[in-house]
Amino acid sequence: MRVEDLVRGVLEGKRRPLARLITMIENEDPQASEALRLLYRHTGRAHIIGITGPPGSGKSTLVTRMTAEYRRRGRTVGIVAVDPSSPFSGGALLGDRIRMQEHSLDEGVFVRSMGTRGHLGGIARATSDVVRAIDASGKDVIIVETVGAGQSEVEIIDIAHTVVVVDVPGSGDDIQAIKAGIMEIADIFVVNKMDLPGADRKVSEINAMLDLDQKMGEWRPPVLLTNGRTGEGVPELVDKIDEHMVFLRESGLLEEKGLQRSRDELHQIMEYRLTRELLQHLRGRPEYERAIKMIAQRHDDPYSVAQRLIAEFLVELSRSGGGDEDGG
Amino acid sequence: MSPSRKIRVLIAKPGLDGHDRGAKVVARALRDAGMEVIYTGLRQTPEMIVRAAIDESVDVIGLSILSGAHMALFPRVMELLRKEGADDILVIGGGIIPEDDIPELKKHGIAEIFGPGTPLDEIVDYIRKHVKV
Ligand code: B12
Ligand SMILES: Nc1nc2c(ncn2[C@@H]2O[C@H](COP(=O)(O)OP(=O)(O)OP(=O)(O)O)[C@@H](O)[C@H]2O)c(=O)[nH]1
Ligand SMILES: [Mg+2]
Repeated sequence: MRVEDLVRGVLEGKRRPLARLITMIENEDPQASEALRLLYRHTGRAHIIGITGPPGSGKSTLVTRMTAEYRRRGRTVGIVAVDPSSPFSGGALLGDRIRMQEHSLDEGVFVRSMGTRGHLGGIARATSDVVRAIDASGKDVIIVETVGAGQSEVEIIDIAHTVVVVDVPGSGDDIQAIKAGIMEIADIFVVNKMDLPGADRKVSEINAMLDLDQKMGEWRPPVLLTNGRTGEGVPELVDKIDEHMVFLRESGLLEEKGLQRSRDELHQIMEYRLTRELLQHLRGRPEYERAIKMIAQRHDDPYSVAQRLIAEFLVELSRSGGGDEDGG
Repeated sequence: MSPSRKIRVLIAKPGLDGHDRGAKVVARALRDAGMEVIYTGLRQTPEMIVRAAIDESVDVIGLSILSGAHMALFPRVMELLRKEGADDILVIGGGIIPEDDIPELKKHGIAEIFGPGTPLDEIVDYIRKHVKV
């Protein structure tokens, strides 16, 4: 399939082209970057929501309930469910979808499972681009379920407008772990499994922690109770998520975050491409190997050599009028 | 193909059959062989299975059934796949399926059937051999 046809299919909201593009993104197919380039201008419309929290806390169950609520409100939903890949085999058992199958025949819902494929941080390296593809396909809301999170699985904050941190009653010791990392990224706290004993205490514990938070801005994360099995509390959760988007818009934070994200992303892409081109330019050159030997033998130092090689590369680049182009 | 290409497999249990041990054993074996396995749980209709296969862009659908309803459900899955133009997906099955039914199922496009006691390696090898990567 030609990239242009793929892109047109995605923009028309068709499932198969979208599904196919996602696979290409995950597999780092060069055509995927071309498609993303064409789709970029059509993104930025969806409200992106991250759901994170310890394993088994009920994330997938809540995502399903929230999806039902959004559909009742007439909004279309994309879901990206991330599960860990095995570090040994590279394979993955993607089980989040089990709880989401009730929506599988709804034309207004698209569900996709992803393995982390070795990436740490709670999501896959490709998750951000996958979300973008679904955004371009016109879904109103995109929910990203991260892998069961500890303290370092906080990358969701780079993708989501609104981060929901799910916790459960009891589990007193995980509050320590959570405090360090994922507590700080929450826009909304949910104490799920409110039917279990200790739910109210958990709410007070989280609130007490928020009382101590020095860095809190104008938005104090609300702490909500839900029951994933019955759906109790879910409409209120969806209301709060909407409220958070209104807050982001009215406070100017949405624009600010958007700028910051574009800056970071541009920075990353430039850094990656510059480095790649520099190394391509140097690879296999005898003077490069010679310089490395000089450093190893202490006849030269890596700081000066790096500076010299970069300077030479930049001069060459400006003479040739820019690097080779591959559109990635 | 790029080096990060992974074989994606949907393991599905169509119909009302509650025997899920075999499906889970196979799912784990395929994961341990480096594949990405999407397990959709019990009581799936053929429509749900086909939709999941398309959304997830799988290379393989593995149907597991021990209840005896395979002659109704397997061909229905194949029919829907053809209707969606997704019949390039490799479809295999397993569970309690009498020898005599296998030729008929293959006529409908099921590539292979694996019965009780099949070594898991055999299933892994079959998929590796038959998915065009
Ligand atoms: C364990 C078992 C149960 C357990 C199931 C537990 C569970 N969660 O799975 C329990 C006790 C709950 C149970 C209940 C029933 N069972 Co029962 N059960 C069995 C039993 C003894 C073993 C099945 C098993 O788990 N085998 C181990 C797994 C690993 O093997 P497997 O599933 O065959 O999988 C292998 C291959 O088939 C293949 N494979 C399987 N799936 C797939 C998928 C793919 C993609 C691939 C490639 C390969 C593949 O690879 C696997 C590895 O080799 C079988 C008899 C038997 N010997 O098979 C009866 C059997 C399946 N049960 C039977 C029956 C009738 C029932 C009940 C209706 C009994 C009743 N009257 O209550 C209920 C129905 C339950 C329901 N809701 O559907 C009958 C089915 C008869 C039929 N098909 O005509 C059988 C055959 C027993 C018999 N001889 O009568 N059962
Ligand atoms: N008692 C009770 N159980 C719940 C509730 N919500 C979800 N569960 C159960 O909790 C278990 C785990 O739910 P999941 O939705 O799979 O949890 P998860 O956080 O997505 O799990 P991972 O993706 O594996 O990290 C399931 O058995 C659910 O039925 C609830 O409100 N109360
Ligand atoms: Mg889950």
